[in-house]
Amino acid sequence: MALIRLIFILLILRPIARFWTGADVFGRENLPTKGPAIIAANHNSHVDTLLLLTMFPARAVMRLRPAAAADYFLTDPVVGWFSRRLIGIVPIARDRAGTGEDILAPAREALAQGDIIIIFPEGTRGDARDRMGRLKNGVARLAEAFPDAPVAPVWLQGAGRVLPKGAHVPVPMNCTIHVGAPIAWPGDRARLMTALREALDALKAQAPPLRWREDDADGAG
Amino acid sequence: MSDVIAAALRFAEAVPAPLVWGLGAVLAMLTAGALAALVLPRLRPGVDHGDLRRRVNSWWVMAALLAAALLAGWRATLLLFAVISFLALREFLSLAPIRREDRLIVLLAYLTIPASYALLAADRYGLYLVFIPVWVFLAAPFLMACIGQIRGYLPTAALFHWAMMTCVYNLGFAAYLSRAPADHAPQAGGAGLVFFLLLATEANDVAQYVWGKLIGRRKIVPKVSPNKTWEGFIGGWATTAALIWFAGPLFTPLHGVGLAMVAALLPLAGFAGDVTMSAIKRDLGVKDTSALIPGHGGVLDRVDSLTFTAPLFFHLTVYFCFGETPWP
Repeated sequence: MALIRLIFILLILRPIARFWTGADVFGRENLPTKGPAIIAANHNSHVDTLLLLTMFPARAVMRLRPAAAADYFLTDPVVGWFSRRLIGIVPIARDRAGTGEDILAPAREALAQGDIIIIFPEGTRGDARDRMGRLKNGVARLAEAFPDAPVAPVWLQGAGRVLPKGAHVPVPMNCTIHVGAPIAWPGDRARLMTALREALDALKAQAPPLRWREDDADGAG
Repeated sequence: MSDVIAAALRFAEAVPAPLVWGLGAVLAMLTAGALAALVLPRLRPGVDHGDLRRRVNSWWVMAALLAAALLAGWRATLLLFAVISFLALREFLSLAPIRREDRLIVLLAYLTIPASYALLAADRYGLYLVFIPVWVFLAAPFLMACIGQIRGYLPTAALFHWAMMTCVYNLGFAAYLSRAPADHAPQAGGAGLVFFLLLATEANDVAQYVWGKLIGRRKIVPKVSPNKTWEGFIGGWATTAALIWFAGPLFTPLHGVGLAMVAALLPLAGFAGDVTMSAIKRDLGVKDTSALIPGHGGVLDRVDSLTFTAPLFFHLTVYFCFGETPWP
């Protein structure tokens, strides 16, 4: 199954991502290729996961585990099989947050095994207006548990136009991926969240104007 | 096994001799470029020559793809140009300020690529001429009106049309040259016409750049393209005109006045395409249209001159060599 997943990501998903979106990567040298490591990205589209899975060199692909909402991806058995086996998600039971249950336990387990966790700290897809939502601090709790794991900020530009929330037809449009310098554990959660937010804002400022006309008029957040 | 060798020999014999020599000359130039990229860092250490190396490496890949398509025949040439049109159009529509309601129109704009190239493959030249400039020109704004978003309607409609005309319609003429029958282009066939158009266009880009680097002083369009100079423009024009005048008769049926017209106008068209795309990029605030081709930027950065030279070369060749209409 691991081999099928590798073939699926490298030979099917990667050419689709390149053809459909260009998937230009800036700051590739910042990308951690060994686990345990955390990739924290903004989230506007299912295409985000596609871009993040296909940007890594082959040797790191088997280590990639996108953290994904169990309530969304694991309710349908077909989608669930696809998400678990081919995409390799770590399920996060968003709906059980605050009940006292440790919903990050599967992600911690993966980090302990030396995997690279991909996490969207906004917790859900935004409205593709390039505005970052409030960042949830799950990423800081993971980083606290693994202080040696670097947290790499990644800004994804353009994916929200390829397949916005609620759309069913992906339209080919260029996307760019901006990887920032990994953030070392600064000692406490609040400082990590501030550093992450600042890093994502800085990456966003470098991104080309792959956005809608009206978002441009807004000053893009 | 002997069948394979015999087939390969038959294939090689079918390739016109000028095309073989032309591709050989390109190979020699690429080798010279690769040697320069190897030697320069040793002569002038400390200066970063990574960009030159990336540029030359990308030229190898682009030349190999084009040579393979030209040798494989007009179907492969049309297919390659359809892919180039797609990548250029994707870059254009991704950077252009379109509205979120226009996602459907973006999808339809892509569909003009298979439609246009299918018309070329079927040799329906008359239909091709009117498909984008008339039918799509009328249909796209109507569909946009049906979607109902009025804000920014006119600039967006104009933008879609400009994108389809340059990236699909204009580039299609370059590909369509490959369908010229052997009796129309006895020198090197349709593939020879495509080869010569690309050679002249890219040679003009490179010659303008090199002359500008060597003796460039006076800026020609400082607001749009600050690196372009009168010296680069004139030097490039003279070099390309000479190349067309002397090499044109080897690859094309052009001669006399027609050849002189192409020699004089193609370098101007190449410059115009380059500057026009620069104006668009400057307006959008980007340097490159993407990072697809290392050292060059995007596909649109590479084919900007070709979007102007292709229709010019096509129509001048048809007018002076074939009469009012081309072959079908």
